[in-house]
Amino acid sequence: MEVFTLTTVELEALRLSLWVSIWAVLWSLPLGILAAWILARLRFPGKNLLDGLIHLPLVLPPVVIGYLLLVFFGRRGVVGGWLYEVLGISLAFNWKGAAVAAGVMAFPLMVRAVRLSIEGVDQGLEAAARTLGCGALRVFFTVTLPLSVPGIITGVILAFARSLGEFGATITFVSNIQGKTQTLPLALYTLTQVPGGETGAMRLCIISIMIAMVAVLASELLAKRFAVPMRS
Amino acid sequence: MLHVCVRRKQGDFLIDASFNSKGIGVTALFGSSGAGKTSIISMVAGLVRPDQGRIAVDGHELFDSQKRIDLPPEKRRVGYVFQDGRLFPHLSVRSNLCFGMRRINPSDRYVAFDQVVELLAVEQLLERRPAKLSGGEKQRVAIGRALLTSPAILLMDEPLASLDHARKAEVLPIIASLSSEFSIPLLYVSHSFDEILNLADRIVFVDSGRVAAAGSVEELIRRRDLQLATGLSKF
Repeated sequence: MEVFTLTTVELEALRLSLWVSIWAVLWSLPLGILAAWILARLRFPGKNLLDGLIHLPLVLPPVVIGYLLLVFFGRRGVVGGWLYEVLGISLAFNWKGAAVAAGVMAFPLMVRAVRLSIEGVDQGLEAAARTLGCGALRVFFTVTLPLSVPGIITGVILAFARSLGEFGATITFVSNIQGKTQTLPLALYTLTQVPGGETGAMRLCIISIMIAMVAVLASELLAKRFAVPMRS
Repeated sequence: MLHVCVRRKQGDFLIDASFNSKGIGVTALFGSSGAGKTSIISMVAGLVRPDQGRIAVDGHELFDSQKRIDLPPEKRRVGYVFQDGRLFPHLSVRSNLCFGMRRINPSDRYVAFDQVVELLAVEQLLERRPAKLSGGEKQRVAIGRALLTSPAILLMDEPLASLDHARKAEVLPIIASLSSEFSIPLLYVSHSFDEILNLADRIVFVDSGRVAAAGSVEELIRRRDLQLATGLSKF
């Protein structure tokens, strides 16, 4: 059964991958909901531009996103330099940078799912909540957000799965450092580049498939569980 | 006392309506579909903004274009019963009923939860979801939800229009009793003259965005010009 035992390096990569993906989802979720709400409910000049900008990671080569992150969020980058000097946060070559890269790549998927859900919320219900004494913000939290839960679940799972699979932007932005930024896909890639790495690569491959399957099934189950009481 | 004087251009359609109604009782906004009735009560509720005019309930100004007053809907203390009910599907009947009540200071409440539950006969429905209710039950809950905000005026936009005959007969007597039970003025929109004969104390007849006539039910029934205008022989 040794074939199925993960080595330290592989275990580390798995643990790091899950950690990075969780954080990628955590930071992109509130921003994603905000962006989705803006796109679903507001009309303003430049909306198409914002929409396009949010979708860029979906259509650009991931390496380009990784490079842009390096330019802006690297320690000498415009934003990265400020983050380091003012807040003491460095994103370069550590798991935080990997979480940023994964979150950015997953962002359009998150926004699309949540936006669809928000657009499906009857604005008549929001108007009704206003006449019942709720200000715009309270309407959002008591009506719009709870009714968008199915889309938010889908968005979270999609973003999580996308983050687990992130490769190009991660390797470009934070490199491939074992134990620090070497996530599951990077470890798998590394194993394919060294002699005798085939079994390890296959193990990681099987784990990837298993995680993906669980994520998809969980999303289906949860979406069903929440969709039923939402029907009006 | 309700004072409405509003003007609003919606595309090619001009709404230019003014009317007053005194005291409690039911004032019916009556007219054919597309006459602008719903737009007018949406303006009273603050969901649609008039281009100019003035809206006041009991001397409180909700909107005044000259004084630049435009209270948001949540500050107007109007209860609104929509044609399609608009219950919150993710909440139980009980939570729907309490949704607006919670936002009201207890000292400002004059409508009690138990009283509403009894009057509307929704005791058995409290733990259900709106999806499991019949059309008549939904409208009863919607009426209760609006009442429980202890509003200064209750607006009803064709609350019976989507119900069949039997369900109408179930809800109509409840609506008829509201105004005296809670001493609250009602502004009731309808295109059905039967409903209005059963309910209204006063009629505001709306035609193409304008108030064509206003007065007590007895006064308006006798007017020959309105009989012709509505094409209703009974009228």
